[in-house]
Amino acid sequence: MNKSIHKVLSTIVPVRHENIDTDQIIPARFLKATNKDGFGKNLFRDWRYHNDDEAQPKTDFVLNHPIWKGRILVAGKNFGCGSSREHAAWAIKHHGFDVVVSSFFADIFKNNALNNFLLPVQVSDKFLDLLFTLTHSDPSLEVLVDLEQQLISIPSTGDSEAFEINNYKKTCLLNGYDDIDYLLSMRPEIEAYEKQ
Amino acid sequence: MGKTIFEKIWDKHVVKSIEGGPSVLYIDRHFIHEVTSPQAFNGLEHRGLPVFRPRQVVATADHNVPTIDQHLPIREEHSRKQVDHLISNCARTGIELYGLGHPYQGIVHVIGPELGVTQPGMTIVCGDSHTSTHGAFGTMAFGIGTSEVEMVLATQCLMQSKPKLMRISVDGKLNPGVVSKDIILHIIALISASGGTGYFVEYAGEAIRSLSMEARMTICNMSIEMGARGGLIAPDETTFAYLKGRTFAPSGADWDRSLAYWRTLSTDEDAVFDREIRINAADIEPMVTYGTNPGMGIGVSGMIPSSHALPESEKNSFRKSIDYMGLKEGQLIKGQPVDYVFIGSCTNSRIEDLRMVAEFVKGKKKADNVEVWIVPGSKQVEKQAREEGIDKVFEAAGFQLRQPGCSACLGMNEDKIPAGKYCISTSNRNFEGRQGPRARTLLASPLTAALAAVTGKVGDIREHLN
Ligand code: SF4
Repeated sequence: MNKSIHKVLSTIVPVRHENIDTDQIIPARFLKATNKDGFGKNLFRDWRYHNDDEAQPKTDFVLNHPIWKGRILVAGKNFGCGSSREHAAWAIKHHGFDVVVSSFFADIFKNNALNNFLLPVQVSDKFLDLLFTLTHSDPSLEVLVDLEQQLISIPSTGDSEAFEINNYKKTCLLNGYDDIDYLLSMRPEIEAYEKQ
Repeated sequence: MGKTIFEKIWDKHVVKSIEGGPSVLYIDRHFIHEVTSPQAFNGLEHRGLPVFRPRQVVATADHNVPTIDQHLPIREEHSRKQVDHLISNCARTGIELYGLGHPYQGIVHVIGPELGVTQPGMTIVCGDSHTSTHGAFGTMAFGIGTSEVEMVLATQCLMQSKPKLMRISVDGKLNPGVVSKDIILHIIALISASGGTGYFVEYAGEAIRSLSMEARMTICNMSIEMGARGGLIAPDETTFAYLKGRTFAPSGADWDRSLAYWRTLSTDEDAVFDREIRINAADIEPMVTYGTNPGMGIGVSGMIPSSHALPESEKNSFRKSIDYMGLKEGQLIKGQPVDYVFIGSCTNSRIEDLRMVAEFVKGKKKADNVEVWIVPGSKQVEKQAREEGIDKVFEAAGFQLRQPGCSACLGMNEDKIPAGKYCISTSNRNFEGRQGPRARTLLASPLTAALAAVTGKVGDIREHLN
């Protein structure tokens, strides 16, 4: 797993649906593991296979189609709503994505993604539409996500848009720091807080 | 400028604010369960860290447990392993576990309040999105991911950015047959499944104030279904009366001290919200959902909307959803046959829910075409139902009263709705496959579900009240 992110230049995998909840990203019956491995193969499980059978892939679903590949997942608005399961972020990351682009993210998913070095990039509805349209006519379209500059761009057309991320999180992602490292360094302040 | 309750609780729990970033927030109570905690314990072990404040953590097994024959070992291997992990993790780190067989076991958001662990003014987290339930007591309670569970286990703190604040006031009185589940389904239909994202909600107004604690929990529970970080209600005499005498509620001089603090937890007159919504209680009908997100709800007398009026970008998702449900645009929802009735989940599995169902069902029988599962939220709810004779009413009606757990709410344990079947459910999510692969869920109140249990189809409870 990449533990830091700077720039990602890649083709994109488009999933053009709104309100994709974490039950779709990874159904509950795959949450029985006690470690973090193996979730990638169950990403979008019920959209990917007929009758829950890996021998019967749904050929029209993007993840099963060889022309759609890359490290950037692009999805419709309100991505990651519903259950707080971090397994959703693990599944996306393990499948090989480093960035998810949408015009709107659910709060808990966004935190979970950031905690796993999966960068959520929130763009305008217009830019999202542009990505869907361009990649539809040319699946080899490349997109560049530059965390340092907070910019997502399409090199072949020159279109670009800035995205938000708070400074603290940005520093964590660029350097591969965890929140937990920071919190552990705060122990004396935490103990002082408890005494007041 | 005055403060909202949320701000009062937030300010009291900030250990440190980071310039241009999140705050370090102290967490009073941490609930854990078997599904979202194992990787957090692994992480701690990996780093060689102990649990920092084990006495502030409470554990239960709920998601992955069977709801019959709980005295036997769990049959499904992976579920059993996960529950066993929880047992050994808690034993090793000194965390109190109310596991299978314990008289306090139950759904995490049912047991916290009923044991009096949940108290006004607290910060409460759990690796579960419906942690918002605890907000009914005037707490700042929200769901977190597993990395955050690990952070809280390690430091009793979290990094959080302050959310925006929204107040939703429900004024006036509810009509007969309309209960708290209908209020929240109405609100979500109004502002959509993402309308609350980025916000923490305070529910206010006469219709909210007049609700019991259990009914308030139903409302706060579903805050997450509009995307909100959490939802809360100011504590009042109803809250204090509910808490008094509970197992872990303060007593004696502690009670008086706590009560004095709890009474300060109201939103000041001149406090300002980022968004305000007012709803008239009289406009709310019994609600039912027809689609695959909780915002797709209508009054039970209504028609499934048409996709024509929707923006182009939303048409696809809407049609996919209606197709999945096997329903038609423009169809009346009333009269839609169902195959299963599920009364349970952290939204509606408390004793008042069971009483409400029993009162309506008494002397009636279930329809031939339906199977009815009643799953109490906790061992204590189950016990009380038996003491009150509610179990006999269900038995006579042909309903199955099962043992406590999340059950058919999430299609993880053995209780799943078969592919293609319709289930009217008192739970909180109607997502594709939520209750099992290709299962079709219609969310409704316990009353509307009880009616469907005896008629075999969706009906209007208002036509059946004397
Ligand atoms: S009852 Fe359902 S929503 Fe509630 S905690 Fe269990 S799985 Fe989650």
